[in-house]
Amino acid sequence: MTKRICYDEMWDEAGQVRPHYASYAAWLAETPEHRLAQKRAEADALFHRHGITFAVYGEDAGTERLIPFDVIPRIIPTDEWSVLAAGLRQRVKALNTFIADIYHDQEILKAGHIPADQVLNNPQYRRVMQGVDVAGDIYAHIAGIDIVRAGAGEYYVLEDNVRVPSGVSYMLENRKMMMRLFPRLFSRYRIAPVDHYPDMLLNMLHSVSPAGVIDPTVVVLTPGAYNSAYFEHAFLAQQMGVELVEGLDMFVENEQVFMRTTRGPQRVDVIYRRVDDDFLDPRAFRRDSVLGVPGLLDAYRAGRVTLANAVGSGVADDKSIYPYVPEMIRFYLDEQPILHNVPTWICRRKDDLAHVLERLPELVVKEVHGAGGYGMLVGPAATGAEIEAFRRKLEQHPERYIAQPTLALSTCPTFVDAGIAPRHLDLRPFVLSGEEIRLIPGGLTRVALREGSLVVNSSQGGGTKDTWVLEA
Amino acid sequence: MLSRTADHLYWMARYMERAENVARILDVNYRMAMMPQSFAQEEQTWQATLRIMGLEDAFPHRSAVVTSDAVLDFMIFDAANPSSIRSCLRAARENAHAVRGTLTSELWETTNGTWLKMRDFTPEKLSDQGVSDFFDWVKFRSHLSRGVTIGTMLQDEALRFIRLGTFLERADNTARILDVKYQILLPVGESEGGAADYHQWSALLRSVSAFEVYRKVYRDHITPSRVAELLLLRVDMPRSLARCMKEVYANLQLVSNANSAETERRAGQLEASLRFSRIEDIMRDGLHEYVMALLPRLRDLGNRIADDFLVPVS
Repeated sequence: MTKRICYDEMWDEAGQVRPHYASYAAWLAETPEHRLAQKRAEADALFHRHGITFAVYGEDAGTERLIPFDVIPRIIPTDEWSVLAAGLRQRVKALNTFIADIYHDQEILKAGHIPADQVLNNPQYRRVMQGVDVAGDIYAHIAGIDIVRAGAGEYYVLEDNVRVPSGVSYMLENRKMMMRLFPRLFSRYRIAPVDHYPDMLLNMLHSVSPAGVIDPTVVVLTPGAYNSAYFEHAFLAQQMGVELVEGLDMFVENEQVFMRTTRGPQRVDVIYRRVDDDFLDPRAFRRDSVLGVPGLLDAYRAGRVTLANAVGSGVADDKSIYPYVPEMIRFYLDEQPILHNVPTWICRRKDDLAHVLERLPELVVKEVHGAGGYGMLVGPAATGAEIEAFRRKLEQHPERYIAQPTLALSTCPTFVDAGIAPRHLDLRPFVLSGEEIRLIPGGLTRVALREGSLVVNSSQGGGTKDTWVLEA
Repeated sequence: MLSRTADHLYWMARYMERAENVARILDVNYRMAMMPQSFAQEEQTWQATLRIMGLEDAFPHRSAVVTSDAVLDFMIFDAANPSSIRSCLRAARENAHAVRGTLTSELWETTNGTWLKMRDFTPEKLSDQGVSDFFDWVKFRSHLSRGVTIGTMLQDEALRFIRLGTFLERADNTARILDVKYQILLPVGESEGGAADYHQWSALLRSVSAFEVYRKVYRDHITPSRVAELLLLRVDMPRSLARCMKEVYANLQLVSNANSAETERRAGQLEASLRFSRIEDIMRDGLHEYVMALLPRLRDLGNRIADDFLVPVS
């Protein structure tokens, strides 16, 4: 048994530095830890001053929490990224085709590749979208696909996020911070730039405007300043130079959306919405929602406004649908999947459930509709009592759960209180689909800062790193 | 620009200006309270302060007399008092936060930083270090945010609504200070020119940074009618009504829209009447009456700006 049991991004099994990290490792070796600590403190102070934070509100307005930033970057070599990028394009293309199919002819259901009731009874399936055409047949305009690396270094897709994936602002701010803290490192490497993301996003949003609209007006719709991701909403609107609107700023008249401006009503053509389906339109969905715009869905269904992402796209990122994505790729694209899925047991299937119950201490069990790292069981890290409690939940409502083997997520050296030590991480690349599919090299790397922890979510003590994709 | 954005910018500026004016009013009273005077006079002074801000009823009368400590606490820290300095700085910050994408990062950081620092002040700290230092701090944070606004913001609509908020708030305040102080300082039948009067009038001038200005403009001893002229009619005096209305009118014209003609007309009318009034006439007809007629017109302008630009009825 070697000391290291999982793949490390910097060091190989023999303890040699991997070639793409060689130059960085040399720099790191000659950099004393107190200098790293000083740089980290500098980063924290800057993030605080700029208010790049998660909001904590109430009487304590202004005390906002930082997402911890680690100064050691995650580096991805050129050849690995080109495979990942091809796999991501393929996957997102299939997901978009799937959503369009579900809301039209449902061929994949008719062909029997996915059980129809699992799709049509899913709360994320929106019957109001059945038969509705959306601009360019695009539903998941912005997708965040969570990638992990396990075993001997192969990449797996852990999760697809095609509703309102967040985190891209941290990707951009992390890069700015690294360039500010360590300018000379950037001359040692040819690192693919990421700062054109807002441009790409705006171009994509323009390209999916309703038919016949010239010079479309794009807005970002936020639930408001009290939302935890408000910083990102404000940031993206500012970077794109478009208005950041709340529901109350807009109204619908004759199936056309307008915003209230100081010069009177102005037509709105494309809404990059960071509000969940349920809250978009109190007439169509939750009546108690004050975040939405009454009548928005009518305007949308009439093709007078584009919503990104489309209403109902969540039907593709449910954990119960995830196991079928490779099947979608084969069915719609007639290709073999480039990226692996994590083997998944679907607990609503009798055989799978029996298997899962038998091996509970080894597995990760997730709620089908859960997110943010809540409501899950990590078998190897759980106590006997926790496992038994989960076993009862599984027996009562098997349809609410899926299970996967506990992956030994790859690690990367990380600067923690105890010094530099390996910590587990994942990667969320962002894929934009408009007239074409485009993505930024890299994505947001999240790292579990607690020793041994596999949960990278910021709500559960995760941090982030800058992600470097090397250019050839 | 979104109406809501304009609304936040306008109120951000109003609250910052209000914080400054509250600090100015409290500061001058605090200084006046150090003059030899009876307890009754002192209490009268503090009561007048509350009256300036329209807060007589909101003030929690914990004891029979209005003491300086109680008023200071109420006007600096009380979170339930929307006009306390703390509440104003918090409201300025929250309005800025809601539109931080529209502000330059310097302006956002200034407003955010002011609030973060405000939270560190406590009544105990103030009594240790002297409350006047704190008032200076508030004034200088307001100076700073005004400087950052003018020095970094694009000269577009956003800046116009910020300026509208600043000058409308300031106009309202100068009018109130003048009115209340005038009534205290010049009770009916009393003559002008005593030593106490001199200190009181100079404190009033200092509260609007006008003491040196007065000396420069009039090169003579302080008389009530000149003080009134300076604060009402002198367009070169940055805190005068005439100056504020000139700025309000100019900024209104720059954001003009299809509904705002009547609002512009009223602002222009008020601006012109200040420009062409004579202090002799005002004094003859009564300063108090003049100011009392002015305040509703300012309030009306504020309401009309809200209706035309900030919260339009669709």
